[in-house]
Amino acid sequence: MKQTSVLKRISESRLLWPLVAWIIILIFDAIVEPGFFELGIIDDPVYGKHLYGNLVDIFNNGAPLMLVAIGMTLVIATGGIDLSVGAVIAISAAMGAVLINPALGNQLITNDILTKNATNTPLPLIILADLAAGTLCGLWNGLLVSRAKIQPMVATLILMVAGRGIAQLITNGQIMTIYYTPYFWFGNGYILGLPVSIYIVAVVLLLAWLLVRKTAIGLFIESVGINAKSTYYSGINEQNVKLLAYMFCGFCGAIAGLILSSYVHSADGNNNGLNYELDAILAVVMGGTLMTGGRFSLFASVIGAVVIWTFTVTVYSLGVPANALLAAKAVLVLVVILLYSDYTRRWINRFFERRGPQHGTTN
Amino acid sequence: MTEAKNIVKMLGIAKSFPGVVALEDVDFSLRAGEIHALMGENGAGKSTLIKVLTGVEQPDQGTIELDGKLVQVRSPQHSQELGISTVYQEVNLCTNISVAENIMLGHEPYRFGSIHWRKLNELAQRAVNRLNIDIDVTQPLENYSVAIQQMVAITRALEVLSAKVLILDEPTSSLDMHETNLLFDLMRKLKNEGIGIIFITHFLAQVYQIADRITVLRNGKLVGTYETSSLPRVELVAKMLGRSLTELDALSKEKSHEEEKKDKQHLVEAKGLGRTGSLKPVDLELSASEVLGIAGSLGSGRTELAGLIFGIDTPNHGSLIVGGEKVNTFSPLESLKRGIALCPEDRKAEGIVGDLTIRENIILALQARYGWFKFLSMQKQSEIAKKYIQLLGIVTPSPEQLVRNLSGGNQQKVILARWLATNPKVLILDEPTRGIDVGAKTEIQKLVVQLAEEGKSCVFISSELEEVLRVSDRIAVLRDRTKVAEYSGNVDDQTLIHTMAGEL
Repeated sequence: MKQTSVLKRISESRLLWPLVAWIIILIFDAIVEPGFFELGIIDDPVYGKHLYGNLVDIFNNGAPLMLVAIGMTLVIATGGIDLSVGAVIAISAAMGAVLINPALGNQLITNDILTKNATNTPLPLIILADLAAGTLCGLWNGLLVSRAKIQPMVATLILMVAGRGIAQLITNGQIMTIYYTPYFWFGNGYILGLPVSIYIVAVVLLLAWLLVRKTAIGLFIESVGINAKSTYYSGINEQNVKLLAYMFCGFCGAIAGLILSSYVHSADGNNNGLNYELDAILAVVMGGTLMTGGRFSLFASVIGAVVIWTFTVTVYSLGVPANALLAAKAVLVLVVILLYSDYTRRWINRFFERRGPQHGTTN
Repeated sequence: MTEAKNIVKMLGIAKSFPGVVALEDVDFSLRAGEIHALMGENGAGKSTLIKVLTGVEQPDQGTIELDGKLVQVRSPQHSQELGISTVYQEVNLCTNISVAENIMLGHEPYRFGSIHWRKLNELAQRAVNRLNIDIDVTQPLENYSVAIQQMVAITRALEVLSAKVLILDEPTSSLDMHETNLLFDLMRKLKNEGIGIIFITHFLAQVYQIADRITVLRNGKLVGTYETSSLPRVELVAKMLGRSLTELDALSKEKSHEEEKKDKQHLVEAKGLGRTGSLKPVDLELSASEVLGIAGSLGSGRTELAGLIFGIDTPNHGSLIVGGEKVNTFSPLESLKRGIALCPEDRKAEGIVGDLTIRENIILALQARYGWFKFLSMQKQSEIAKKYIQLLGIVTPSPEQLVRNLSGGNQQKVILARWLATNPKVLILDEPTRGIDVGAKTEIQKLVVQLAEEGKSCVFISSELEEVLRVSDRIAVLRDRTKVAEYSGNVDDQTLIHTMAGEL
């Protein structure tokens, strides 16, 4: 009896399907490319001894997507969507780059000044400005959705389009290269042999989890996503709940922008965080949160993001050219959507139901 | 015996779902030209029986005969082909296309490869005329009331799908008195034409108004089939509940005790409270320890009045005084803090949060008052949930069940529990007993009287005069978006009906 209830709890857990998907991809990798899981220790002249290998890369490169997926989960759970996170990443990256620029405020910018690996802005201020820019973007989205009552898809589409322009305005229309070593630490540094970005994800995930599960906010978000009207009638300010979700999503996008620009040593208004919103939505869907809102799991969304990056790395390591990646991803999307459709679910459930009692007797 | 022939005969029907026996050896027969009421509490098996008859579910055991021939109803489409049509509570039509298109949908006449519109409209008009429905079929369906929409659905079922058996599932629950009578006229006409009608409703009075026979189900079993004339109302209720109705009588006595108190303090005072387009100015006082009944038909402004007092809408004239202080900010949260609670009319859309658990639904309003950061511990939440599940008799195996899966009556109790948990001074109940079974209805009525006894001020809004009269100490009558009269609780129902109709 107890065994079946444990089995049932596992099969009902939101973590199950993304984990299964991940394991399937890893098994595939193990077969196709025996060296896929090799880990080594390298002694880097700048960052010291650290781990390297495909798995480390997946987590390091996937960190920005995981962050965005965390924020996107809350937005989708309220029944909304945020198409602007990619643009928010670009804005945040541009903000960082422009503040680092030691020539800030000077009329004359020489190559000499730009490349001297220094800045006049203190690093904490740069980070703060980054985060503030992202959160402000979230505030804008949130106000449009909760106060102006614009459909989330339309409301965030505005910033999705405008955001890249804003990022270009900030960097004066240029791809801005960053020459400031302390800033690179976020995307390239290591703590105890593991990439810094992994720690950042862990901290944000923990904070988000505390925020939604140790306060009433998680309950309110789910309640708004399931039935906003009933929630409002129960005395909950549903507008502020939505506002908070969009702001948090913008905040997560800002951190992702920080890591990304640090990783590539530059800010590019056109390409930073391109298509991240779509990958993040896919990660959230894989994590079992319904697009119509309601119940969500932050951990499941993060695993969804891990799956997407593992898939990406796998496709690359198979030698598929980068420009065919999107086609390969489409296959992943198709499989995920089919797996999560009611029809398939019913079919799987029926399969297990039929098998269920026999398992019981053989055990 | 000169028994008319059975057009439907179901014998020994049994159906179980995992863990539940929904029907057990149920016999049911429907004669041509009769109106047959199917009665029972929620969960008695009415809808399962209908689903078996209409092919939505396949029976585990038992046989179905149509016109004396053994049939197996494979699917809802198949049942339509066999001449069985169902008209549901929520009309299943497209409101934005014309009446004629709705009636002829899927059976449009064609000429030269395209729809022959003139003929389509002619056919539809002839169909509605035949049933004495006086409407213009070229108008969009949404221009007509729900009652007419239902009649259109019936027209489609009879004239286009040529049904011999018509199933009406709670057709009157959103109709006012006049509309109900229109529907009943139509039902009588069809009956005389030899159509067999299965009528499912929670309104006892209507059963006695129109049904020829009554079949009662309880807990998936057949209690019996009776001629309406030979089954007194009290006995019918007793059969549905499986117990006697002394409880109800006790309730009336409790109420008459209440009458004594006179020196009451006003908890809420509305002076000329109104909102353009929704409610004309209304004066109203609510005092502790009393039940104020609000009688009025749909659209009389009763829901709007409740909404203004609870702060869903902001009034634009008049004033609202709560506990001696004038209210300036209107929102559910502010009302909650002032001790006013509202169980809204539309339970599904405005009340429950279906995919949350019972526990979460119950603590929702209390948590709203505590705010975002003072989160009730899981233990405290469970305690509160368990307390109210027990107190209100919510039937569920655990507080962790999804509210969506509960019956209507239990959902209503969950919403009541949500508000009682906040310990309100004023409790406004808008149609708290709509669409729920007799047992739960009685329990909720009792609870309202009890709450008033404990010192709360209750506002009880209902379309059913009988229950308004039963629970109220005072009754305000609303008509045409304003208050037209106020009576003491012992007013007779005739006076109320005439006031509501505007003849007094």
